Amino acid sequence: MAINWFKYSAPTTFYGLAGKLIPWFAFSSAILFVVGLYIGFAVAPADYQQGEFYRIIFIHVPSSILSMFLYLVMAGYAALGLIFNTRLSAMMATAIAPTGALFAFISLWTGALWGKPMWGAWWVWDARLTSELILLFLYLGFIALHASIDDPRRADRASALLAIVGSVNVPIIYFSVQWWNTLHQGSTIKFSGTSMHVAMQQAMFITLAACWLYAIAVVLARVRSIILERERNTTWITELPEVRS
Amino acid sequence: MKPRQKRFVFIAVAVAALALVVGLVLNALENNVSLYFTPTQVFNNEAPHGRSFRIGGLVQEGSVKREADGLTVNFVITDKHKSIPVVFKGILPDLFTEGKGVVAQGRVEADGVMRADEVLAKHDENYMAPEAADALKKAEAANAAAATPASAPAAPAAK
Amino acid sequence: MSGLDIWMRENPLAYVWLGSYAVAFFIFTIEIAMVRHKRKITLQQVRLMREAEDEARDDKFGGND
Repeated sequence: MAINWFKYSAPTTFYGLAGKLIPWFAFSSAILFVVGLYIGFAVAPADYQQGEFYRIIFIHVPSSILSMFLYLVMAGYAALGLIFNTRLSAMMATAIAPTGALFAFISLWTGALWGKPMWGAWWVWDARLTSELILLFLYLGFIALHASIDDPRRADRASALLAIVGSVNVPIIYFSVQWWNTLHQGSTIKFSGTSMHVAMQQAMFITLAACWLYAIAVVLARVRSIILERERNTTWITELPEVRS
Repeated sequence: MKPRQKRFVFIAVAVAALALVVGLVLNALENNVSLYFTPTQVFNNEAPHGRSFRIGGLVQEGSVKREADGLTVNFVITDKHKSIPVVFKGILPDLFTEGKGVVAQGRVEADGVMRADEVLAKHDENYMAPEAADALKKAEAANAAAATPASAPAAPAAK
Repeated sequence: MSGLDIWMRENPLAYVWLGSYAVAFFIFTIEIAMVRHKRKITLQQVRLMREAEDEARDDKFGGND
């Protein structure tokens, strides 16, 4: 058993590093949420068309962006694990999936609550909304597939394939409003700039940063448990202070 | 639950989720991924005949007329080339205004009028304070007045 | 127009807070609780395993003496 020690050096150092970083990410996330929502609700003006309802944007847009980016990060880790057979990458992919799924759900939920008063419908089968719903199902499919296979290495490989195949959906979500006629409006944040009042923009970018930090903190905390679980037969785990005590 | 049963349940969930994904994709692709047709497409016979579909465009300025019952609304959807009159009985969304985006679902009858069952408002991706919007509108109006005094009116030609 | 439709137009900020932000932060809280629970359970399991191993080793050494 002691021979395996060096092979797992990556998770070893990562486990400790993640443990030190989590409080910082969590703390700055909380601060940024408070600041961002203060600007969003107290400083930013009401919208000329939508009045107060547009304020859903400060959670809707960050969670939509996160749901798409986290999927790409997850698929990237899954691909790394598949190609280089590194154990930590597969663990990271499994740790990201639940957070990504929750952000996709929040994006759909807040979108429905925004759509009802503004468009006149909770849900419309337009390309943007449908592809975001598919993203949620891809996350759930990834989680279910990984849980259905007992051998973790085989589970990693099978779910990695699903994650990689599913990543084609992310550009479809992003470009759907340009490619097809949709009820959903075009992108506010474009590569060329934004079409938004300054305070609204600041609030949105700050809550976006807060969501990012939150996601990183939760994913790191989850991956630490996964490392503990999967490497429990190694000496370095049994020598950890929290295990010894 | 035995591990075997657990495996079965999870596999069933995974398969169901995948089937749902594929089904949604195919469904979306088959009925044309676009949510609505423009009035021009309707005039070019690209829209389905004899069944309900959606038309999207702008509510033509000055076209909204309410009938005496207070519920029935007549308006015209235009894409600045072609336009289609719509009759709708029901509650309009808050953002329904002349000159703004709209999507109406219903059937186009032989007289060329759409009887809509559902009207949705489509808003744009610009967010600003009301004062800023007013200032922008005034500036645009001033520009338009200065730039095109002699040329033909740019207002959408009603068909 | 249903009661909810009227209510949300009269209280847009309450609608936005309760409908979107409260739900989102509730979901975050649940996720944090689940992550912490998982950490606790996993640590317990790993500790149990280690203790079992130690006992097994002690028994073996005891038998050899």
